[in-house]
Amino acid sequence: MELFWYIVLMTMLAVYLILDGYDFGAGIIHLFMAKTEAQKKAITNAIGPFWDANEVWLIAAGGVLFFAFPTLYASSFSGFYLPLIMILWLLIFRAIGLELRGQVHNKMWEIIWDKAFGIASLLLALFFGVALGNVVRGVNLGNVVNGVSTQEAHYFFLPLWNPTFSPQAEELGIIDWFTLLLGIVGVVALTIHGANWIIFKTNSDLNEKLKRTVFNLNFVLLGLVIISLLVWHFIEPNPFANFIDYPWLWVFPLITLTGLFGLFKIRSFKNDGKGFVFSSLFLFGGLTSTVSSIFPKVLPSTNFVNPSLTLYNVAADEYGLSVGLSWFIVALFLVIVYMIIQYRVFKGKMDDVGYGDH
Amino acid sequence: MEDMLFYDRMQFAFTITFHYLFPQLTMGLSLIIVYFKGKYLVTKVEKYNDAAKFWMKIFALNFAMGVVTGIPMEFQFGTNWAKFSELTGGIIGQTLAMEGMFSFFLESSFLGLFLFGEKLLGHKLHFVTGFLVFLGSWASGFLIIATHSWMQHPVGYEILENGKFVLNNFSALFSNPWLVPSYLHNQLASVITASFVVAGIGAFYLLNKKHSEFGKLFVKTGVVFGLISSVLVAFPTGDWTAKNVVKYQPVTFAAMEGIFETEEGGSEIVLIGQPNMLEKKLDNKVAVPNILSFLTYQKFDAEIKGLNEFDEKDYPTNVPGLYYAYHIMVGLGTIFIGLMFIANIQLYRKKLYKTKWVLWSLLFLLPFPYIANTTGWYTSELGRQPWLVYNLLRTADGASPTVSAGNTLFTLLGFIGLYLLLGLLFLMLVGKIINKGPQFVKH
Repeated sequence: MELFWYIVLMTMLAVYLILDGYDFGAGIIHLFMAKTEAQKKAITNAIGPFWDANEVWLIAAGGVLFFAFPTLYASSFSGFYLPLIMILWLLIFRAIGLELRGQVHNKMWEIIWDKAFGIASLLLALFFGVALGNVVRGVNLGNVVNGVSTQEAHYFFLPLWNPTFSPQAEELGIIDWFTLLLGIVGVVALTIHGANWIIFKTNSDLNEKLKRTVFNLNFVLLGLVIISLLVWHFIEPNPFANFIDYPWLWVFPLITLTGLFGLFKIRSFKNDGKGFVFSSLFLFGGLTSTVSSIFPKVLPSTNFVNPSLTLYNVAADEYGLSVGLSWFIVALFLVIVYMIIQYRVFKGKMDDVGYGDH
Repeated sequence: MEDMLFYDRMQFAFTITFHYLFPQLTMGLSLIIVYFKGKYLVTKVEKYNDAAKFWMKIFALNFAMGVVTGIPMEFQFGTNWAKFSELTGGIIGQTLAMEGMFSFFLESSFLGLFLFGEKLLGHKLHFVTGFLVFLGSWASGFLIIATHSWMQHPVGYEILENGKFVLNNFSALFSNPWLVPSYLHNQLASVITASFVVAGIGAFYLLNKKHSEFGKLFVKTGVVFGLISSVLVAFPTGDWTAKNVVKYQPVTFAAMEGIFETEEGGSEIVLIGQPNMLEKKLDNKVAVPNILSFLTYQKFDAEIKGLNEFDEKDYPTNVPGLYYAYHIMVGLGTIFIGLMFIANIQLYRKKLYKTKWVLWSLLFLLPFPYIANTTGWYTSELGRQPWLVYNLLRTADGASPTVSAGNTLFTLLGFIGLYLLLGLLFLMLVGKIINKGPQFVKH
């Protein structure tokens, strides 16, 4: 039962990453590449009717985490206190940037909310990459000092950074060179993903330029992925252990590579949606490969005093997990129906949807 | 340690108070918008569709505020109340996760269609999307109140040796005797807010002699919805809710009514007075004898337990705050019934749109349902203190063990600054929409 909910949770996170990921990416493109009013309009039209529903995947995943793995929810949310609250603030800024921009027709007003939307999107992409880095690297569970726990074994607290920015230091911080590297991977990957969404959903005059950008950024992404793999052993000496024990897990890295290499052909795609499919594969594969490599751990311990949190020692009791299954299946069916309706109504190019017009 | 708990509580109180300013309008207003859109479908009179469209603009802004201030609520269970989340997540996580899966997806998917899809969908389907948004927001309220009810009156659980609360009866969460009265009471209170907003804006247009056609429609709709909801919020739903408190939380009931001593031959109802916790009495009291006993038990001489019968460590943490919150809610509720009653008489006599003082009163009372809703929730929440899970888990034992006071104060200050900005922007933009007014769309 724990395993089932673990798969549910990871799938929901992957869906969130793919869906809200294109919103973040579109925000980054909006910040750096959209120059004319028409280009900006095209971008906000392409995400306007969706972003709110996309963000619900985060809230719903949070809800499933809360009910199925309450100990993990409690431990990680209190331990990563500051970055999580900052993510909340950024989500607020991004949302009001999108929603309020069109409410007043004034140049200064528009500049402020364009920047709020763009910068918040950029930082969110960075933070989510950093977050993944923190989970892979692990934390000092129990806040062990000199071999003695100063907190209950499954609690911890991390400051934003430590003076050395090293992932191997005794006193860890949220931001170190390893988590920052994954943060940059996040920014690049989501920028590509957002660009693909814009190409897919608009007829903007930006699209040809975006295809070149995707092509070029894909080289950067490939380079970053290689660097990450090379330094990974500093964090986890044997990252492929699970893949050797369960060879079928290789399917996840293969999906990642398919997405990554497929995108190099972006300039010859006939169908505008194809690039989006490949970047989605990359994101899905990247997330699943990473969590598979630490499975069954969900939050590794960096000390030898307290054990890592695994999906088995953080789960709720059997009855709650089973009874949750019955309502979850009904809810999931409904969610899929809603999504089909939503994407059918707003199918194809969205340049004329008039998002934010008042 | 005391500081840590204090800032954790302040942050939750501040963020939830600010957050709930928005959903209370969302829930009630969605009902009124569905009414306007439905009326248009039946009568084909264009002004109803325009009215629906006008309120949709305010609804959209209000909804967005509700969403962005709502996400921090779900996060804060984990960030600031980790121990509480760890111990009870297997139970309250169920209802909170259900809220995400059942209502947030419904609301957010169809809100986009409702706001941007009128041309694509046609009027009938557009009405359906509006109805689904209404359904989603009311389902959300239901699941939140189910969570709240479990904290007030825990059911369907067992406690393990390690202190964890484990669910052993899922359906008990929904047959909780606390749930239905509180839910109906809360939803009606939300309709009151929406009614006063709609009527108040209508009165503003009439007094301003702008958009008079819509002014009349809004005033009329607002006062009719307003009368029905203000009466029902007091009786029967408020009455049921209070009877739950007296049955399951007698010490809370004594504190909110300001009853310090058990009285022989029946308790008086306190109208005005200041709780004096030093001398354990009510200063400057104005009260009507025996009425509280009658209202509670339908017998003038029924005994109501005073605070003197309970151990002081189980008193609600803030007795005066609880007492004032409750009395402000009840006092305002009474005024709402009175004004709405008069307005409806004038409406019936076809004089409402010319009765200036009623229109002015409707305009001035516009903010007060927000205060009544807020103090109503304070009554409930302060009444539950010093417990997180009533009689089982104390608030002091639920906070995050590793988050220091300095970090919480930092984020609390951040939230205060950010929400101040949000509030100003919201008022400015709503003001702009109201000032522009509803438009007769040319066909």
